[in-house]
Amino acid sequence: MILDLPRFVEAERPHWTALEKTLAWFDMNPGGRLTIEEAAKFHALYERAADDLTRVAIFAAEGELQRYLAWLVSRAYAEIHEARHHTPFRPWRWFTVEFPSTFRRHIRAFQLAALLTLLGAVFGAFAIHYDPDAKAVLMPFDNLRLTPAERVAIERAQQGQQLTGRKGSFSAQLMTHNTQVALTTLALGMSFGFGTVILLFYNGLLLGAVALDYITGGQTIFLLGWLLPHGVIEIPAILIGGQAGLVIAHALIGWGDRSSRAERLRHISRDVVTLAGGVAILLVWAGLVEAFVSQYHEPVVPYGLKIAFGLIEALLLTMFLSRRGLSREVRSAR
Amino acid sequence: MRAEGVLVRTPEGIEFDLPLAGPFSRMLAFAVDFAAIAAAGALLARLAGPLQIISADAAQTAITVLYFAISLLYGILTEWFWRGQTIGKRLLGLRVVEASGLRLRPSQIIVRNLLRFVDLLPALYLVGGVCCVLSSRLQRLGDIASGTIVIRTLQLKEPDVDQFLGRKFNSLAEQRHLAARLRQKVPTKVAHLALEAILRRDEIRPGARLVLFREFADYLKALVPYPADVIEQLTDEQYVRNVVDVLFRHISLDTTALKTKPHPLSAGG
Repeated sequence: MILDLPRFVEAERPHWTALEKTLAWFDMNPGGRLTIEEAAKFHALYERAADDLTRVAIFAAEGELQRYLAWLVSRAYAEIHEARHHTPFRPWRWFTVEFPSTFRRHIRAFQLAALLTLLGAVFGAFAIHYDPDAKAVLMPFDNLRLTPAERVAIERAQQGQQLTGRKGSFSAQLMTHNTQVALTTLALGMSFGFGTVILLFYNGLLLGAVALDYITGGQTIFLLGWLLPHGVIEIPAILIGGQAGLVIAHALIGWGDRSSRAERLRHISRDVVTLAGGVAILLVWAGLVEAFVSQYHEPVVPYGLKIAFGLIEALLLTMFLSRRGLSREVRSAR
Repeated sequence: MRAEGVLVRTPEGIEFDLPLAGPFSRMLAFAVDFAAIAAAGALLARLAGPLQIISADAAQTAITVLYFAISLLYGILTEWFWRGQTIGKRLLGLRVVEASGLRLRPSQIIVRNLLRFVDLLPALYLVGGVCCVLSSRLQRLGDIASGTIVIRTLQLKEPDVDQFLGRKFNSLAEQRHLAARLRQKVPTKVAHLALEAILRRDEIRPGARLVLFREFADYLKALVPYPADVIEQLTDEQYVRNVVDVLFRHISLDTTALKTKPHPLSAGG
């Protein structure tokens, strides 16, 4: 085929420019939608540019023109062929229905995360029991290096005044730090789960060592009053982060799944995002409770009240994660 | 084997290459984004200043939470609103797209940004950088998990043929059917080599230059023979110049996108 290139470019350029303007409009208006007529025009321009690309492909020296047309076609292709269904995001429905449903869908990964943390806790407790000198290594935090009795005495004497004037910032630090820990546990799923497993085990180890230290030190009630109000939310949130990490690891490894790795990862990406979002919300609540409730001890707040508060939270969280959205799932299954 | 681009075939049977962005340009884009986040943090600290009069704790809380939110959400929001681009990627001419060339879905954007937590480990993007260098599609872990690639967006650079031919008469271009055949038959590599030879002629020793242009001219004359009377007055170098002029000179493309608010396809647009 012989083509008069200058004439061809001159004839086609207005159409390329029109297509380019439409693509620029998409860039400037992310949520913009075309009317049926506009979409038809856009599609016609795309097809024309694609046809021009094929025609120009035979002109070896027209590398720049080919690249330009390939760029136009590739950008238009992305807009035209992206026809996958987008569910409008409804935050309340997402948190109260999608999040617990996703959690239940991957319950085995959560159970594995809980088991790994439990194993770590048992290991930490044994380590402290048989080698008390290991405390400095296992609990590298200043307030945990004191004996439980010393810490209880100091905190009771302070009557919650140690955070006066900085409760908000302390709460913010807890939220951001815990969210980073949970999201790192999630992201380490990309190490085929090794990093996630190690972090979950390490968290459990810390927890087990602290718990046994306080129990053997005769401060079980203090421990429950201090840990339960925020821990019943914070610990499950980090376990859900681990659950998401294990879901990623499972998709990477692909046991018993013949689809490609890319397909497996694509299949779970929405669930991972849902779990990560749920974790972030739970950790905001845990951060607030830790700063404004957990740091107050007797005589300011009775331990019984704090423990009851923690148990009620645990019950509500369990009901939320196990029951919310269940009726919709049953209905859709029918 | 690392690919320079990803080949996409559309359902209409059209094939095109998505040129992959290299680790260095991605690193520069990340540096720009890092600076943008730091600037936002500094601005935030200034804006929170008046809040300190009411409560220093409230001001510190706002700074901590908002800075964390900005650093976490910056990539997600910019890539969503700018269709795969952050400030750094816009400046460096990069864009994130799905590996199949399609537009990004929200979950893909969130996953690739959440997985920065592991790509950044242990420091300075080491895990992500190593993974990117080793990956055939130059993907960091976040890209692999979300099925995305980072591509270079086109920057049109048309050769300035006027600089070596000016507006002189080109006898080869006058023979329009033969000029069209030249454009069709000359391989891309040869065309660009000839262009390069002309642009760098002064760097070539005179003897070598004569040999080089003779070889080019012989090859091109054999590829598309011109009538003797058209080319009899031309030296080998001038012949090659005229061929290059035919190959590369066409009407300049105006690729400046107009950033107009009303939709260009709507009535009157």
